[in-house]
Amino acid sequence: MIEAAGEDALLIRFGDAIDSALPAKIAAVCQRIEALELPWVIDLVPSYTTLQVLYDPIAINVLDAKARLRPLVAQSSSADKTNAEAAGSRLIELPVYYSEETGPDLAWVAEQNGLSIQQVIDRHTADTYQVYAIGFAPGFGFMGQVDPSIACPRKDTPRTKVPAGSVGIANRQTAVYPKVSPGGWQLIGRCPTVLFDEVHLSLLKAGDRVRFVRISREEYLAQGGEL
Amino acid sequence: MKGLGAISPGLRVIDPGIKATIQDLGRKGIRHHGLARGGVLDLRSAAWANKLLDNDRNAACVEIVLGGFRAEALSACEVSITGARADVTVNGKPVEMWQSLFLAPGDELAIGHARHHRLIYLAIRGGFETKEWFGSRSVVEREGLEGCGPLQPEDELPADSFDAPQGAPRIAPPQAWQWLECPPVLGLIPGYQFNQFQPADLRRLVTTEYAVSDESDRMGYRLAGTPMADPPPGIVSEGIVPGAIQVPGDGQPIALLADCQTIGGYPKPGVITSLDCGLLAQQLPGARVRFEWTDVLSAQNQRRLFERHYHQTVWSEDGRSLHWR
Repeated sequence: MIEAAGEDALLIRFGDAIDSALPAKIAAVCQRIEALELPWVIDLVPSYTTLQVLYDPIAINVLDAKARLRPLVAQSSSADKTNAEAAGSRLIELPVYYSEETGPDLAWVAEQNGLSIQQVIDRHTADTYQVYAIGFAPGFGFMGQVDPSIACPRKDTPRTKVPAGSVGIANRQTAVYPKVSPGGWQLIGRCPTVLFDEVHLSLLKAGDRVRFVRISREEYLAQGGEL
Repeated sequence: MKGLGAISPGLRVIDPGIKATIQDLGRKGIRHHGLARGGVLDLRSAAWANKLLDNDRNAACVEIVLGGFRAEALSACEVSITGARADVTVNGKPVEMWQSLFLAPGDELAIGHARHHRLIYLAIRGGFETKEWFGSRSVVEREGLEGCGPLQPEDELPADSFDAPQGAPRIAPPQAWQWLECPPVLGLIPGYQFNQFQPADLRRLVTTEYAVSDESDRMGYRLAGTPMADPPPGIVSEGIVPGAIQVPGDGQPIALLADCQTIGGYPKPGVITSLDCGLLAQQLPGARVRFEWTDVLSAQNQRRLFERHYHQTVWSEDGRSLHWR
């Protein structure tokens, strides 16, 4: 379903609820649109269940833009979810120093869920996560879904200053804060990897898969992590 | 008329006022990295500032919030000032807004406090040649990128080089500013969760007068009016655009503007047209605005005409009128 979202955007809907099969499908449509190098397409913004297409309304009107995109979307609903997985989806490993020193909410998350700290870490590193969307801040990837046994609500009062690299959980989502920012997610560790810089922009892309790998304090510091 | 490609020293900021930032038409193709678009809030005023100088449509200008801006010319240059009415002087002598204006080296330009509206645009022939981020000179303060902030005293704003005064000064026709004096009625294009709002709430949206609140910045303006009785619950986060109206649980709409986030989870009944975003952005806290429904094709036609006028008209010899090519 393709809808107008204002005078310079279209929103393509792929479903109504969060579904781990959607990021690959949405990424496939993204790739197909990118491959055509349409001069009127300005940006493609994937999210959980949607793809927003920003376009130049001076170059093309809404009816023609919809007509051009419709076959590209229809094509995907049938065949090539598997193609997308084969073609594009990257697996990125992010090292994390899980500790109370770098994860001020680690003990709380464990206690809330009746687990030991070790079990929280084991479960957070056990799964491979989908990157559903980039947003909130430059390079901030919304990932999910974490195991229900380590899910936890956001903080009632967000922190005014979350350190760069902080790894957090909010409900069944997980993410790494690329830069110092305010934030309400429960923090369980810190990642030394640079997730956003002005030259390379966002390391993560919607449709990527991510696995967290536990590292020691020494490894964290050696990889440029700060305490 | 473009300069010779060389850079001249341009202006030195003496006092930026409450807040002044460099803006062009914003960044393109970067929203999927979580970066905001940025860009001038008031497309019409900024375009006229550039049109008075025959600048590139995307030339960077200074967006001044509430006025109180002073700068010194470091080299001969030609500037124009548009937007909210204010007293403007050069070396203490009053000059007109909505006109092109020559400055000699050492001249001091002073823009007084904005009356009735919020944003003043200062353009320079050739455009300000300040640092680019992601292919645009627009400054998005909230992302905290190194050096990407509002203007400070002593900042130097280089411009495309410029030789000597040529021809008569240009004077913008009344159509350039008359729209700003009209009661603000904002065209709203239905979209996003339009169908999930209650009919009574949708009617309320276009029959209520909303007051612009104090909590208004380049990310968005909060509006206060009769709250919607029963807005839909939060949604799965999706891409959002500047102009979108989001309605949180308290039923009071927030109009998102140029620096808004890239995705969001509040329901949205529609999107304000790009030109009317400027009309909203010009309103001071307490000012009242209304919405009226429009459709995408009308909004696109209106915008296309506006852009065509910019590109397809030329100034008359005496600088007092524009003619279609």
